[in-house]
Amino acid sequence: MNIVVSMKQTFDTEATITLSNGKINSAGVELVVNPYDEFALEEALKLKEAAGEGEVVLVSVGGEGVAKALRTGLATGADRAVLIDDPALADADEWAVAVALAKAIEQIEYDVILAGRMAIDDGSSQVAVRLADALGLPSVTSVLKLDVDGKKATATKEIDGGTEDIEVALPAVFTAQKGLNEPRLPSMAGIMKSKKKEIKSVTLAELGFSADDLLPKTNIQEFSLPSPRAGGHIVDGEPADAAKELARLLREEAKVI
Amino acid sequence: MANGIWVVVEQTDGKIRKVSLELLSQGRILADGLGDPLVAVVLGKGIAGMEAGVAPYGADKVVLIDDEELETYTTGAYTSALYKLIEREKPNVVLIGNTAIGKDLAPRLAQRLGVGMASDCVGVAPDDANLLSFRRPIYGGKAFTQVLLTERPIVATIRPNTFPVAEPDASRQAEVVNEAAGIDPADLWAIVKDVAFAVSERPELIEAEIIISGGRGMKGPENYTIIEECADVVGAAVGASRAAVDAGWREEKFQVGQTGKTVSPTLYIACGISGAIQHLAGMSSSKVIVAINTDPEANIFTIADYGIVGDLFEIVPLLTEEFKKLVA
Repeated sequence: MNIVVSMKQTFDTEATITLSNGKINSAGVELVVNPYDEFALEEALKLKEAAGEGEVVLVSVGGEGVAKALRTGLATGADRAVLIDDPALADADEWAVAVALAKAIEQIEYDVILAGRMAIDDGSSQVAVRLADALGLPSVTSVLKLDVDGKKATATKEIDGGTEDIEVALPAVFTAQKGLNEPRLPSMAGIMKSKKKEIKSVTLAELGFSADDLLPKTNIQEFSLPSPRAGGHIVDGEPADAAKELARLLREEAKVI
Repeated sequence: MANGIWVVVEQTDGKIRKVSLELLSQGRILADGLGDPLVAVVLGKGIAGMEAGVAPYGADKVVLIDDEELETYTTGAYTSALYKLIEREKPNVVLIGNTAIGKDLAPRLAQRLGVGMASDCVGVAPDDANLLSFRRPIYGGKAFTQVLLTERPIVATIRPNTFPVAEPDASRQAEVVNEAAGIDPADLWAIVKDVAFAVSERPELIEAEIIISGGRGMKGPENYTIIEECADVVGAAVGASRAAVDAGWREEKFQVGQTGKTVSPTLYIACGISGAIQHLAGMSSSKVIVAINTDPEANIFTIADYGIVGDLFEIVPLLTEEFKKLVA
């Protein structure tokens, strides 16, 4: 069982976002593996273990900093990593990333592709699904349970108001929702072993693209921070009075009940 | 249909989802501003007559794609049917609700069309050049971007509860067109083995007008009944913080925050939630926020419109009784 895991490095969820020269300020921010990608990696490792053979390959787009996230993934148990590292992708949008990933993944043998259901930074939930279409593969999103049986898989996915069991033939793309599994942490032995594992950097030219091929189709005009909410009205008094006053305010002042 | 602004209408058993009505209502405003017709596209099986549910919200034209394969949503079939029609009709804009289906469908459709896409938008307006500019949250709402899409069709998913539903105008007539789905057999790769809806009378978290959430201060899963009782009085959904979900008190699907659902209800009541930055990211676009917490220094009070410093086990049942009087 060969599995590709699409992985992204993101800001830590506790990070405070600030702007610097109109852009998101990354100075001093702790970078982590996108939390949903941890579920994807864990599932990949479990599938490989259950099959008793195969390879887990991480793929990502980014610069040198991203290699750190890949190294964490390798320490957790992935076998090797491919990093598409090209300055032309600095402003890449979801379309460009998906096209580049598809090209890189075409050169890898795989039965299953796993990714997080979204990245917690841009939150767009696009790349994995786009990747599936670019590769002409089935995709099942927001997966809570995955059973692989030979050349097919049944995935339980979250839908609004419930769940759905979908059977697809492999290879296919699955995106991991929280609840799929409990991600393991890198072990000391894993960390030692990971130092010998390969992170292969490839450029767009090496994938057969020219820089102009992947110009973004999405134009970010501006970043902004939410207008701060002022702390409001603390309703004082005995609990019964406070509850009554709160209910009154919600009806008469805020008009929301 | 001369180009147009399209809204992909989501329906289950003939019932149109509220977010679709929100998109039609806003789509009408955009259509008037841009001088473009508003087109509602409904996919499903046995959907004849569904134009009656969408025309009053402003659609100039309703396209019905009625096909056996569209009875239950599957990624491939819906992508295939919409792709074919979009390639032929070349709409300017395709708006889809940012629901479980929208999130699954829109990126696949955008990729096949070879265009960019703006996800989970919370605002849309024509810019100076009469192009649509979308506002969307990033970092779970800790920041926002303003996005322009440079190619047609513009594809975007819009967060539920972003736009109000217009007053329906029953006198509005829409042209009705039936289109064949023409699904590419290669797109029929999904076999739906089972669909299980949770038995709940409560609204879906992302679409709820009111959400009452409980955090670490709930002290245990058994105590959520006091929130549920309050929620049921006002027709609210029940949410949870990451602390409560990680403790195993509530299912992941109820988690509000940067690693859960991002919500924009009219009223969000946070009970026993300290206000970790990743939780605030998921709910700070709520219109009115109420916090109930024993700790007067809790971070949640810095963003709450109304707060009570007190024991939720005492306050929430009292509030439930007060709400009962109001809605009676």
